[in-house]
Amino acid sequence: MNIIHVNQVRKQYQNHLALNDVSFDIEKGSIFGLLGPNGAGKTTFIRILTMITAPDSGYILFNNEKLDSHNIADIGYLPEERGLYKKMKVGEQALYLARLKGLDRDTAMTELKKWFIKFDITSWWDKKVEELSKGMAQKIQFITTIIHHPKVLIFDEPFSGFDPVNASILKQEIINQRNNGATIVFSTHNMESVEELCDSIVLINNANIVLDGKVKDIKQRFGTSLYNFDIEMFDDYNQNIVEEMKHKVDDCLIKDGHLSGKISLDKYLGESYSNVSDKHLKAETTNMIVNDLIKIGNIVTFNEVLPTMNDIFIKTVTANKEEK
Amino acid sequence: MGKIGLIIGREYLTRVKKKTFIIMTILGPILMAAAIIIPSYIAIKSSEKEPATSVGIVDESGFYDDVFVSTDRIEFKYLDSGLAKAKAQAISGEMPYVLYIPEADSGEFPSKAVFYGQENVGEKLKTVVTNIMSNKVKDTKLQQAGIDSELLKSIKTNIDVKSYKIDETGNEKRSYNEISQIIGYFAGLLIYMFIIMFSSQVMRGVMEEKSSRIVEVIVSSVKPFQLMMGKIIGIGLVGLTQFLLWIILTLVLVGAFGSSIIPKETNPIEVVNSVAPAGNEQVTDITQSIASSGVASDILNAVSSVHIGQILLLFLLYFVGGYLLYASIYAAIGGAVDSEDDTQQFMWPVTIIVLIPVVLIANIVNEPSGPIAFWLSIIPFTSPVTMMIRLPFGVPTWQLILSLLLLFGGFVVMTWLSGKIYRTGILMYGKRVTWKEIIKWIKTK
Repeated sequence: MNIIHVNQVRKQYQNHLALNDVSFDIEKGSIFGLLGPNGAGKTTFIRILTMITAPDSGYILFNNEKLDSHNIADIGYLPEERGLYKKMKVGEQALYLARLKGLDRDTAMTELKKWFIKFDITSWWDKKVEELSKGMAQKIQFITTIIHHPKVLIFDEPFSGFDPVNASILKQEIINQRNNGATIVFSTHNMESVEELCDSIVLINNANIVLDGKVKDIKQRFGTSLYNFDIEMFDDYNQNIVEEMKHKVDDCLIKDGHLSGKISLDKYLGESYSNVSDKHLKAETTNMIVNDLIKIGNIVTFNEVLPTMNDIFIKTVTANKEEK
Repeated sequence: MGKIGLIIGREYLTRVKKKTFIIMTILGPILMAAAIIIPSYIAIKSSEKEPATSVGIVDESGFYDDVFVSTDRIEFKYLDSGLAKAKAQAISGEMPYVLYIPEADSGEFPSKAVFYGQENVGEKLKTVVTNIMSNKVKDTKLQQAGIDSELLKSIKTNIDVKSYKIDETGNEKRSYNEISQIIGYFAGLLIYMFIIMFSSQVMRGVMEEKSSRIVEVIVSSVKPFQLMMGKIIGIGLVGLTQFLLWIILTLVLVGAFGSSIIPKETNPIEVVNSVAPAGNEQVTDITQSIASSGVASDILNAVSSVHIGQILLLFLLYFVGGYLLYASIYAAIGGAVDSEDDTQQFMWPVTIIVLIPVVLIANIVNEPSGPIAFWLSIIPFTSPVTMMIRLPFGVPTWQLILSLLLLFGGFVVMTWLSGKIYRTGILMYGKRVTWKEIIKWIKTK
């Protein structure tokens, strides 16, 4: 079930088109990656979703109903450019932001206390924000983003400014939110965290969606049909088979009784069988390779080389640029 | 309304709790009370009988043997004992000052004099002596030229000009032009200060939100226009609070200290209280009834001849109107720029406009009903300051109504424009904004 349905959303600024009739869905309870190079239109989309700006045309459905100002309480937003009132006390400020999101004073207070205890920061309550470090301030901001139990949480580069320890606490907290039923919209340039966290993504480039779908499917789609292998050769291996194998393998290396390298399915089968996107043929071929390999030795590793999201990102965006 | 209330509350409370606000709130009334009490105090003191200062005169020329006549304040004594002895008297303190007039060169009038005393001689005493001496010389010269001394006396006539305001019902009221001028200057500058002080706080507040980037979080909870209005109203209430506290504390201070310093019957609080709410007839009565009670009450009469209550009320109205107008302009500037440096290009036209009445203050005071004063007090941008300057001189009601209507109308139009600039500006980072761009923002729907 989709919590958000984006339909033909268009936003034109004075000098450039920020979103060009963009449509996609966000599944309820998923972690959704909103990717794209700088200036692609991600922030514009987030601002439309948070109702900071309105689209020129198109609409967004929230739980199958038109997105409306009463949904403000359903959305938590942690912007990339974040900050707090420097001269205001931490507790007072958290309370203010929570109440702006529609919580009443008492509920806000109880919820905040819970979180301050959980993050072990109760001693910060009466400190001024300017006395806190950047990372500390970010924690406060994270709390104020999720305090009102929003159904949709938007995080724009949430990990920037966090040290690895706090980043992993934050990551765990984001996953907890998801497990508690929230949907996470996650905008980042950090492809590692996309790979780690996201269920599905859209990649926006120059106001258009250039790639979308489940992370697993996308990676398969960008599969290289290239396999890494490493075998521990038998003492009495067949010299001829090894020689034959060497011709079919890239980066072939024989060292310490191990044979390793990369095998491309196309190359293994010869030119005529270049269409390895056929699932059945692909499986048959890999079986055949494995069969050949076990004649030489014991398999230590055999796995398909999948492109990283980083590779996919760069490849798609560059290809897109060349097209233009 | 709930959310805008929260914003107003935050803007108000964070500012009222600040040390600078508390200090200003305490200092302001002390200064204002001092400004009211000290002149009255001095007036009373100087009207009280003090022991006259004794001045011994050693007139070697013999020319001034009859002109130094003792008054309440100065007792002149001709000394025949010679300079040396007189000096000894000055040293011993028997005679505080000794005035020595040496003999003049032959054919000339003695025009030199020397004071001896343990303390420096006051400017006032010096002037008195100078006047007496120069008058004597002048009279002698005129007599030598053949002018009768009786005629001389009749030439010197005191001219006494007083002015009275007459209202429609024919009531006459003594008007004090000098006092009106002072109150005009004071009220004009005070409202200028208040408007600029608080509306520039709006600008700084907006810039703080923008540069700390908190604005994006907040506008995901409330509309930008709500945030802008919340801030303007919140800070405006801080201004009103400060103003009201000033008035109350000033009255308390004047009441407390004034009554102990100034004799009961001329207590300014009493005069102000009894006069301010009263109609014109009573003002005239009271003015007349206490007119004879001395210099101190004369000053207080003058102050009370101006309607303090009316001025306070209009001050509040013009402060609110002028503040709202300028605060919305400043909010738009704060929203449009990225840093303090960038504000200059948008600030200078505003600064020039708001300064016009301050620069022309002398013209307005000299001709409070002239065309410059009239037009500046009708145009919304200059009306608050100009009207405050004009008010003590009396302004026709229709002009007040017209100017207030235009002022609040101007605020509505300006807020509408500013809202558009603000809305776009606050989410624009890292870009130097030009006038051209701002006009574009206004045009976008």
